[in-house]
Amino acid sequence: MEIRLSDSLEAFRGEVSAFIEENLPDDIRRRVERQEFLDRDTHLRWHRTLLEKGWAAPSWPRDHGGTGWSLAEQYVFEQALAAHDAPRMIAFGFDMVGPMLIRFGTETQKRRFLSKILCGEEWWCQGFSEPNSGSDLASLQCRAERDGDEYVLNGSKMWTTSAHFSDWMFGLFRTEHAERKQLGITVLMLDMKSPGLTIQPIITFDGGHEVNQCFFDEVRVPVAQRIGDEGAGWSIAKYVLGLERLGIAEVARSKAMLARLNRIAHTERSNGLPLARDPSFAQRLAGLEIDLLALEATEQSFLFDPALGEALGAEASILKIRGSELQQSVSELTVDALGYYALPREPDAGSNREQVPPRSAGLVAETYFNLRKISIYGGSNEIQKNIVAKAVLGL
Amino acid sequence: MIELSDEQRLLRESVDRFVREHYDFANRRRIVAADAGFSPEHWGLFAELGWLSAPFAEADGGLGGSALDTALIMEGLGRGLFAGPYLSGVVLAGGLVARGGDEPLRRRVLPGLMRGEQLLAFAFTEPQSRYNLADIETRAVRDGDGYRLSGRKSLVLYAASASSLVVSARTAGATRDPVGVSLFLVDRASPGLEESSYQTVDGHRASEVELHDVRVESCNRIGEAGDALPLIEAVCDHGVVALCAEAVGGMDALYRATLDYLKQREQFGSKLASFQALQHRMVDVYMALELSRSLTFAAARGIDQARDENERQRWASAAKVQIGKAGRHIGREAVQLHGGMGMTDDLAVGHYFQRLCAINALLGDTTHHTQRFAGVSDH
Repeated sequence: MEIRLSDSLEAFRGEVSAFIEENLPDDIRRRVERQEFLDRDTHLRWHRTLLEKGWAAPSWPRDHGGTGWSLAEQYVFEQALAAHDAPRMIAFGFDMVGPMLIRFGTETQKRRFLSKILCGEEWWCQGFSEPNSGSDLASLQCRAERDGDEYVLNGSKMWTTSAHFSDWMFGLFRTEHAERKQLGITVLMLDMKSPGLTIQPIITFDGGHEVNQCFFDEVRVPVAQRIGDEGAGWSIAKYVLGLERLGIAEVARSKAMLARLNRIAHTERSNGLPLARDPSFAQRLAGLEIDLLALEATEQSFLFDPALGEALGAEASILKIRGSELQQSVSELTVDALGYYALPREPDAGSNREQVPPRSAGLVAETYFNLRKISIYGGSNEIQKNIVAKAVLGL
Repeated sequence: MIELSDEQRLLRESVDRFVREHYDFANRRRIVAADAGFSPEHWGLFAELGWLSAPFAEADGGLGGSALDTALIMEGLGRGLFAGPYLSGVVLAGGLVARGGDEPLRRRVLPGLMRGEQLLAFAFTEPQSRYNLADIETRAVRDGDGYRLSGRKSLVLYAASASSLVVSARTAGATRDPVGVSLFLVDRASPGLEESSYQTVDGHRASEVELHDVRVESCNRIGEAGDALPLIEAVCDHGVVALCAEAVGGMDALYRATLDYLKQREQFGSKLASFQALQHRMVDVYMALELSRSLTFAAARGIDQARDENERQRWASAAKVQIGKAGRHIGREAVQLHGGMGMTDDLAVGHYFQRLCAINALLGDTTHHTQRFAGVSDH
């Protein structure tokens, strides 16, 4: 069952799906389905395919190498990627620093950085959170002091995703201690090879290395690498975060996870029958499918509401809360479906993992543990609820 | 709170002391990463302290302990996030030999187990069996005065450290028939037995075990041929309650750690503990913990005093459903309320959560035990 869009959008979906099916290498598809970590080279193999097709930057305007697609077309594209287990977009470059530069960057900055993002040559990470500024991001303390044509950075950034294989960081730094903590914050771009910058891995309890702590000790950054005005960082960050709307609810990724769960439920056996025929299991599965439909319908009503303008407001918070909860629930039910076979750490230790067709096997428990992060990062669900309470309910 | 004897209070204190003195999180991390996944010195200490003899009858040289005694030990071990074969080797495999074996077999096996010199494992799960204890395809066919066993067992906890495996196999009947199940004590070094071990997501150890015409003497059959299912069910119910007690210990540790964190971490100029939304979340955690603790210890008493197997099954399943739900709830909340820190490998929080998730699956998950509870008559 699908929520059908207009004929022209459905035709576009068909075109995108056919392209992905034809061009996505099988090993990459399988790794995405198993929710494995993709290294840079694997990402790039797929990225180059999209680049050649002209689809590498769906949300960018045409004159910067983007597609110029409408929001609805971008939505269909993202959905199709997820439905076919294609890799996600390379993070932070296309969705964050790219749009930031397009809107606030100087011509020199655009020329220097945008094309390198587009071709996948330079990877970016985002320096926002700090050890003492998580949910309360605006309280950030990492200092940038002006010294002639340079800023001198001291302090630390925490939970920096992909810092260990990124070329550049864009981050929020404190250039002034103002009365309102949102003032005095500035966006700077810095080379990850800058002297004085050290990266310390943070291993998460699922065993993965995605995030890091970055330490700045007298790191010098040219003033020419500032985006926008000094002190304008908070509003620039808010602008870019507000642009994000397609990836928030993750409905299409959840549907792909659910499809995989369905396959597992038809292979795993309970009392001699496929688990899918166990009434309690079938009920839980159906419940999740209905929850996802409700979220999908809500997502579409938000996305295509002409009254909402360029940026989502508190609607984004609703999508994030419900979207993260549902991803976690689908993943939890997948763990339950595998029973004892969710427990072995080495992926190929259990016989069911061989019996379950390769499309369905994978790091099920590890993914479940890893996905606890999605209700914490990018503004925890508690913070999102505060936003909805204030902005929508007027409390 | 349930009333404890002086001996039971001492038992509880001795487990807490072990965790305090020998098993802090840094030490656990080191031990779990090493080959066997647990420390032989600790196992020796368990023997000295009497924990390995606690569940066995005095006539067999044990301390004649009850399910409540086992629960007290497991709760303390759970609080310390202990990883090792106490449940699988002592409560389950040891329990099967003790309750089902004839006297010569008990005399041959139990003393070494209680002294910590020999370890047993229990091989009962198969790739297709899920949580149905009777769903057994492994076959034992008569071979002169003994048997030959063939089949595959999965997730056999700590099989690599065991000298012998207690293996469930069919001497008669079709897969899932309640009749026709037998138990055998199989030397792990037997020709035809292949064992490959791995770490589980909660830091424990397990193996896939394949049996190819493995020869077993009749004297190593535990109990009567074809009649072992009621014994397996009874011993697994004791295992369920022991697991529940371990989970209670783990949930208690998570509750305390999270409360401490909220009292110490500041955001928006205030301690997190001052936010009412978070206070209410912690109250929910506390309630889930108290309900789990109470039901688990009631179940420990309940299975000790059960009039029949129906009552025993209902106690065990009720407790397992409660701790399955509460364990996930408390685990998720502990990670979430710790924020990013809760995701780190350095903090114990995520590791407790992993163990609580594994406990949910071990010996049957929430759905399985809800169905079982519903299906067993309460007279």
